[in-house]
Amino acid sequence: MEGHPGAVGRGDEEHAAGRNRAGGPYSRRGTIVYEGAVQELIDELGRLPGVGPKSAQRLAFHILESDGEDMKRLVTAITTVKERVKFCTICGNVAEQEQCAICRDPRRDPSMICVVEESKDVIAVERTRSFRGRYHVLGGAINPIAGVGPDQLRIRELLARLSDEKVQEIIIATDPNLEGEATATYLVRMLKTIGIPVTRLASGLPVGGDLEYADEVTLGRAFEGRRAMS
Amino acid sequence: MYVEHLSLTGFRSYPQLDTAIEPGITVFVGPNGVGKTNIVEAIGYLATLSSHRVSSDKPLISFGQDRAIIRGRFVRGTQRTGVEVEINAETANRARINRANPVRARDAAGILKTVLFAPEDLSLVKGDPSGRRRYLDEVMVSLLPHQSALRADYERVLKQRNALLKSARAAGRFSTAHEATLDVWDQHLAEAGARLLAARLLLVDHLRPHVQRAYKELTDGSKVADIVYLPSVSSSADLAMDDDGADALHDGDRERLGDLELPALTDLFVENLLRHRRKELDRGISLVGPHRDELGLLLGQAPVKGYASHGETWSMALALRLASYYLLLEEDHTPGGDPVLILDDVFAELDAQRRTRLAAIVAPAEQVLVTAAVGDDIPAALLGRQIRVVPGGLAGTTDGPGSVAEDRDEPAAVPSAGEPDA
Repeated sequence: MEGHPGAVGRGDEEHAAGRNRAGGPYSRRGTIVYEGAVQELIDELGRLPGVGPKSAQRLAFHILESDGEDMKRLVTAITTVKERVKFCTICGNVAEQEQCAICRDPRRDPSMICVVEESKDVIAVERTRSFRGRYHVLGGAINPIAGVGPDQLRIRELLARLSDEKVQEIIIATDPNLEGEATATYLVRMLKTIGIPVTRLASGLPVGGDLEYADEVTLGRAFEGRRAMS
Repeated sequence: MYVEHLSLTGFRSYPQLDTAIEPGITVFVGPNGVGKTNIVEAIGYLATLSSHRVSSDKPLISFGQDRAIIRGRFVRGTQRTGVEVEINAETANRARINRANPVRARDAAGILKTVLFAPEDLSLVKGDPSGRRRYLDEVMVSLLPHQSALRADYERVLKQRNALLKSARAAGRFSTAHEATLDVWDQHLAEAGARLLAARLLLVDHLRPHVQRAYKELTDGSKVADIVYLPSVSSSADLAMDDDGADALHDGDRERLGDLELPALTDLFVENLLRHRRKELDRGISLVGPHRDELGLLLGQAPVKGYASHGETWSMALALRLASYYLLLEEDHTPGGDPVLILDDVFAELDAQRRTRLAAIVAPAEQVLVTAAVGDDIPAALLGRQIRVVPGGLAGTTDGPGSVAEDRDEPAAVPSAGEPDA
């Protein structure tokens, strides 16, 4: 890919003086980078989650080669999303009005709140169609390395909701990784004093999978969380 | 088990190397810097996915290349397994087992079992406690590969907790929010730490008689070697006694801590953390836990470090490696379950008596791979097949004398035997 006809090499010194120093490994290694705008686009794309330097390059060239109208739509979509989309004042989910569609829906059961890390987790739970309560989006998980503590999460808002609404159960659905577990522990300790029952999603074997393919940690957790059947 | 075939691509000094290796004793001979150690290092890497010489993978890749590939075929009993590990400079390493689809590299660890002796082992005894902790964790993982998760989990929690302590210290004051979050991390650190601690205590119990035996076999037996795990977590009794125990190691508790069930050990851990909280906040770092523990090495009553002679120090280092070999043998009775022994340049470091004794112990193993700069260093018991290593490859193989006894008087004659073929 480095040999793409559109590529124009730049020397190391010239590059070091340029403004793309935060770019991918290419610039770090001090080897060839693209000229101005192209490299800027690659660097910007490379900052997106899950996009490495090679993917960023592929995306950039896709954008370069695509139809102008298509790309205008992409630009408009990005601009609109940044202008129009807000976060629900109640639960913190993405919304186009003050409150999100779920919080506005009178048919949703106000006695249950499912606590998740991100808005995308709301969608994941919604897809199950088995939860009819409401949500609370924390906006992340406790992660001291990234400088995220309880104060950076929407925990105060959650406590405020508990005093107003008639909540009977809180379901903690943070990610089953270290940070998610730590957040869950924190919430449990905090909510214990309020006296509302708190549950945590079970973790264990995936449905439809084979036991032999489960990794040791998952299988170990499944053993710890086994339930009586008779 | 034994390694039957090894192929290296872009690994260290080898653009490409293919070699068959036979069971029994094989000695790689050649001058310094020619790449003998690179060969055994690659075999060690296939077993543990780490090098005994460097902590990062980068130097393993030939300078200027993007990746190195190590392929090995092992025979265990009647079963043949091929493992291919790709070490990538920029992306994650990958592995293939028996030419199947690539898997995460760590899934390939532990298929081949090796015990590696190297000059670096001296630092097991003379170096920092971190080396001895690493030794324990490596033995633990080679016994049960999935135990690598214990250490990894603990380290993840530790990093987060240290980040929190550091930011609390930077903030200058310890707010209630900090306190509440720290409680959470204490709990998680204690859970992960108790699991790691329990596993290490159990391992040391199992390892201890083997260290004693190995040391006795390596020396004339006038001194008795011993190992003891020194946890930084102290028992409740000790906690009550000394009010400033951070940094102190508590050897008397070992038995009692080992007797505790996990939940009790976790509670004790939390108690320890609470006790040292002030100090931890002052220093912005976690002071209690398996990352601060030590494996104490003793000769008679005295610690090895500082008291033992150079020769004794070497014997202790070898005894630790041999003990892990004995433990692996004991734990795996299946045919071909015994690990491959690798002796990388160790004989040059030892005196004649230790050489002979070590050679006699390792010689009966299913496969022994030895590297040496000069054939003179090789004790008679290990005069097997020799492979001469030349820059960039291998030259000439010499089958060692069939009967070891014949050759005992003139080992110096052997290295020259490989030359005419080259």
